[in-house]
Amino acid sequence: MLRFLALRVARACITVALVVTFAFIVLRLSGDPALIILSPDSPPEAIAAFRKSWGLDDPIWQQYLRYFLAIIRGDLGVSMRDGQSAIMLVAERIPATLQLTIPALLIKIGLGIPAGIYAALHRNSAIDRIVMIGAIVGFTMPSFVLGLLLVLIFAVILGWFPSGGQDTWMHAILPVLTLGVGGAAILARFTRSAMLEVLGQPYIRTASAKGVPWARVVRGHAFPNASIPVVTIVGFMVGSLFAGAVVVESLFAWPGVGRLLVSSVANRDLAVVQCILLLVSITMVVSNLTVDILYGYLDPRLRTGGHT
Amino acid sequence: MTDATLPAEKAVRSREDGSGGKGIPVSVYIAIFWLVAMVGIAIFADVIRPYGITSMDLGNRLARIGNPAHLLGTDELGRDVLSRLIESIRVSLLIAFGASLISAFFGTLLGFLAAHFRGFVEQLVLMLADFQAALPFLILSLAVLAFFGNSLLLLVCLMGFYGWERYARIARGLAISASAQGYAAAVAQIGASPARIYLKHILPNIASTLIVSMTLVFPEIILLESSLSFLGLGVQPPMTSLGNMVGYGREYLTNAPWIMLAPAFVIMFTTLAVSVVGDWLRDRLDPTLT
Repeated sequence: MLRFLALRVARACITVALVVTFAFIVLRLSGDPALIILSPDSPPEAIAAFRKSWGLDDPIWQQYLRYFLAIIRGDLGVSMRDGQSAIMLVAERIPATLQLTIPALLIKIGLGIPAGIYAALHRNSAIDRIVMIGAIVGFTMPSFVLGLLLVLIFAVILGWFPSGGQDTWMHAILPVLTLGVGGAAILARFTRSAMLEVLGQPYIRTASAKGVPWARVVRGHAFPNASIPVVTIVGFMVGSLFAGAVVVESLFAWPGVGRLLVSSVANRDLAVVQCILLLVSITMVVSNLTVDILYGYLDPRLRTGGHT
Repeated sequence: MTDATLPAEKAVRSREDGSGGKGIPVSVYIAIFWLVAMVGIAIFADVIRPYGITSMDLGNRLARIGNPAHLLGTDELGRDVLSRLIESIRVSLLIAFGASLISAFFGTLLGFLAAHFRGFVEQLVLMLADFQAALPFLILSLAVLAFFGNSLLLLVCLMGFYGWERYARIARGLAISASAQGYAAAVAQIGASPARIYLKHILPNIASTLIVSMTLVFPEIILLESSLSFLGLGVQPPMTSLGNMVGYGREYLTNAPWIMLAPAFVIMFTTLAVSVVGDWLRDRLDPTLT
């Protein structure tokens, strides 16, 4: 188990290091930082002084090393717009994003998994058909279309909820629904197919043949074995808690991390973009790591085998 | 007893799936018809478009659907929604096709390289594939757009990075198992070069699986491009794409919802149609793929 854990942690660290390297390469490829920050027609002496003070004349590996160490120290630079620390700017937005993504995650899990299990157990029933149609629509309908349709119906035509902003909890309902319903459909589809696959296995037939009550077969034999693909998808959803709402936040004018990302990209505020990129990759990697550890718990074969 | 029940169970199962019969389901006919229509519209966009995409009919702004001069109405500048829709279909399909081809080409190439050289190259490819699969691609592409600014070529190349890891994994796995089979060993014995073995012998044998994966990646690329364009960071005006139209149309949601609804339905039907055809192809060609 320790070996399994150590391998996974090492891989997680490599992934984060790769993201940092990716950001560094893209940053350098995108042009001379001196010319981006100063204007191209500043005096050559000023540009030379800038390059010297930021170490841009050093060999590229030294620059890379320095960049890496700065990030480890938590120094992610300042926003070009107001000189505020990029990390603070992003951290301020996190609570607003979580206000949307956590309730949405609860909807996805609370609606998606039971619907998927029910659909698998009652194959070809009306509920199964509805779940499958919902899953296909959830997959093919982009979140902005779903969001706009909800606005059209509930804000414009019925006038029940406001269409944008962040003043009361009423404002959160439409964005949370947009995020939650689409995700629930996807999760239901995965749960359904994982359950169907397990239900066709010989050990299920054995368990019910030896007289185990069907409810217990489902709870004790089928669901634990079907949970691995489901946990993978849920892990991905947890990993995107901080930045999974880019489109929805922009649509509903919700001041979260995703909207900050879009405006920073539009303004080419590189320090902020890089900070969000790191935040996203670290949450993603940590949740993947948690999923890997959960695998070891759910499937003892992986624990002893060590590699898959 | 098992021998007797298993085929019976299988028969029941395939009947339930609807894949047991030989005929093509109606939904697949409709989906193929829709896709052929979309490709036709994209190819002949210049001929069938009633107006130029930037020509304005100022006396007829925000005209409703069914207006005699403008079948799908007009937008806030009096531009014909139908003409813009036709042009958007062309641009969005072009980006998605271009990106799918790039992604399939490089993914397959990397998969073959990994299968051929094994060892370090294989580990490197697998590590990059893990890296790509672990990160939300929308965030990654937003970061690249922030650093490089925006152009159509960059957008296509960027979308071309989407999904390569799936082709690479599939191509690697299949190529490794194919090279263990007699036919690959036989042509290698005759003295064929590795490039010839992979391109002329292994590729045709695994093409069906790769085509099925393409039908899975293609709709995701359409959704990705339309999300970026919706955010105003994909296709830039005066060019137009489906996501772009929805993005601008949302300003007029209250008094002119058709500007946004028309492209939104085209996006949905197109991704739905590709998925339906893809699912059907998967059942026919390679049921093992998920």
